[in-house]
Amino acid sequence: MEVRSKKNKLSPLFYLLPALVIIIAFRLLPILYSFFVSFFEWKIKRGEFLGLGQYWALIHDPVFWKSLLNTVYFVLGTVPTSLLISLFFAVLLNQKIKAMGAYRTTFFLPVITSMVAVSMVWKWLYHPRLGLANFLLVLVGIKPLGWLNEPTGILKLLGQGIGLSLPNWLGGPSLALVAIIIMSVWKGLGYNIVLFLAGLQNIPHQLYEAARIDGAGPFYSFRRITWPLLSPTTFYVLLMTTIVSFQVFTQIYLMTGPPVGGPQGTTKVIVYYLYEKGFVTFNRGYASAIALVLFVIILSLTLLQRRLAERRVHYG
Amino acid sequence: MAKRPWSKLSIHLLLIGGGIAAITPFLWMISTSLKLPPEALKFPPGLLPHIPQWSNYLEAWREAPFARYFLNTIFVSGSVLVSVLFTSALAAFAFSWLEFKGREALFVGFLSMMMVPMVVYLVPAYIILYKLRWLDTYWALIIPWGANVFSIFLLRQHFKTIPRDLYDAAIIDGCSSFGFLWRVVLPLSKAVLVTVALFSLIGSWNSFMWPLVVTNSDKMRIIQVGLANFSQESGTRWTLLMAASTFCVAPLLLVFFFAQKRIISSFARSGLKG
Repeated sequence: MEVRSKKNKLSPLFYLLPALVIIIAFRLLPILYSFFVSFFEWKIKRGEFLGLGQYWALIHDPVFWKSLLNTVYFVLGTVPTSLLISLFFAVLLNQKIKAMGAYRTTFFLPVITSMVAVSMVWKWLYHPRLGLANFLLVLVGIKPLGWLNEPTGILKLLGQGIGLSLPNWLGGPSLALVAIIIMSVWKGLGYNIVLFLAGLQNIPHQLYEAARIDGAGPFYSFRRITWPLLSPTTFYVLLMTTIVSFQVFTQIYLMTGPPVGGPQGTTKVIVYYLYEKGFVTFNRGYASAIALVLFVIILSLTLLQRRLAERRVHYG
Repeated sequence: MAKRPWSKLSIHLLLIGGGIAAITPFLWMISTSLKLPPEALKFPPGLLPHIPQWSNYLEAWREAPFARYFLNTIFVSGSVLVSVLFTSALAAFAFSWLEFKGREALFVGFLSMMMVPMVVYLVPAYIILYKLRWLDTYWALIIPWGANVFSIFLLRQHFKTIPRDLYDAAIIDGCSSFGFLWRVVLPLSKAVLVTVALFSLIGSWNSFMWPLVVTNSDKMRIIQVGLANFSQESGTRWTLLMAASTFCVAPLLLVFFFAQKRIISSFARSGLKG
């Protein structure tokens, strides 16, 4: 036994080595390296040392701020909408109804499908002259919209509908970005439904029965039982959807433009800007600075939500 | 809660409405893929093709080297899958069964890698791949994804539920620790290994940004990048683009229909760790 255990001293490293090598070489090293790269003028090859120069340029770059604003619009448009709709359907699915599995599978279909294919399909749905979206609008008597070609802010468009003229800066996200938001909510809904459903199924059924015997209606039991006991799941879904939304790229890359990010730069999001700097105009130092700013945003959101979650969330 | 029949009925109606919204884009994709080009350019559009044009699929398939894209994707996802199972099983075993100094600290270090999104290290990883001369090769598509923390985490969670007595008994009987992993732990972990495998396959099949960045020649393209590229070349030929989109999503949807329960419950459980 003694001999064997001594011989085993080496073996943990042997088990860890394959994973360790890959994770160090392609996760840890690049992460550390990105700080280094961001301190240099780095086109195709490393150039002059700039210190914090890239970051200084970044905070004076209107395109960066614009793409950050567009990303925030995207996140604020996607996350609450997705949460509300998925919670709604999850509560419906949790009512012990027939064919629950079939509904769940249907809702999950877009989740499993590649974002690339889905982007193609939605671009076609949004086609300004031939698309199904405009056909449905015409069917209910609304005049066709430009969708992905429409740079006008959604609030401004809605204002026009009721005869109100809003200034451009109050226009909100462009209709093009709203179109991307709708598509993205559709794509991710099934995942959030499945997460909520798992959370709902963890709530003991006796609680609802007891509440019903005490004369509580469905809305009262939702507010007093479901909502508080579901809060760990809600926080998790909120966090994950927010983090994923901040990284929106594929649908922007494939559905907007040319040039990507159009019309009039209203759909240019931060990850696309990073991609453009890193791989289209080959400004790798600048792209790394953008990447690290994005990382700080995501990390602080994670930490903030973790802290809030610890304080407020009821763990049932 | 829902005793009265009308309330069950209204739940079903709402769910059917949601379900229709979920699948309409797919139906529209398939419908367009079977139309004649002039039919697709009609407004208001016809809901169904007059005569289904199955030849669109053949034509789209021949327009771009989709066979090559498929083979690349199958090769890459297969290699990533084998590698992920291998590296994760070994690492998870070390993290759950072997005693060594700094084990927990190292594991926390691994976990913290999970919080860093891919876009953060994409540019430096590209530079590293460039220095390795791996750009536009299979290596760049396979090796960086050959291990992932999430799989290690999932496997470790499961390995920890296996009773300690089994290990002690096996060691006393002269079984090596690798033998224990191979003959006892892995057979007891089939379900979670399948989960890891499914996540890996879905991830590889659908990955886009990484292969877009690290490959550029047509012969190295994987399916999603090939489809995106085809969309630029096909221009306004929507019938062909929809046909190509359909055959690019079909394999994974097929897997989904056979393993839907397992896939959905894997996704559901993966969320509960938070």
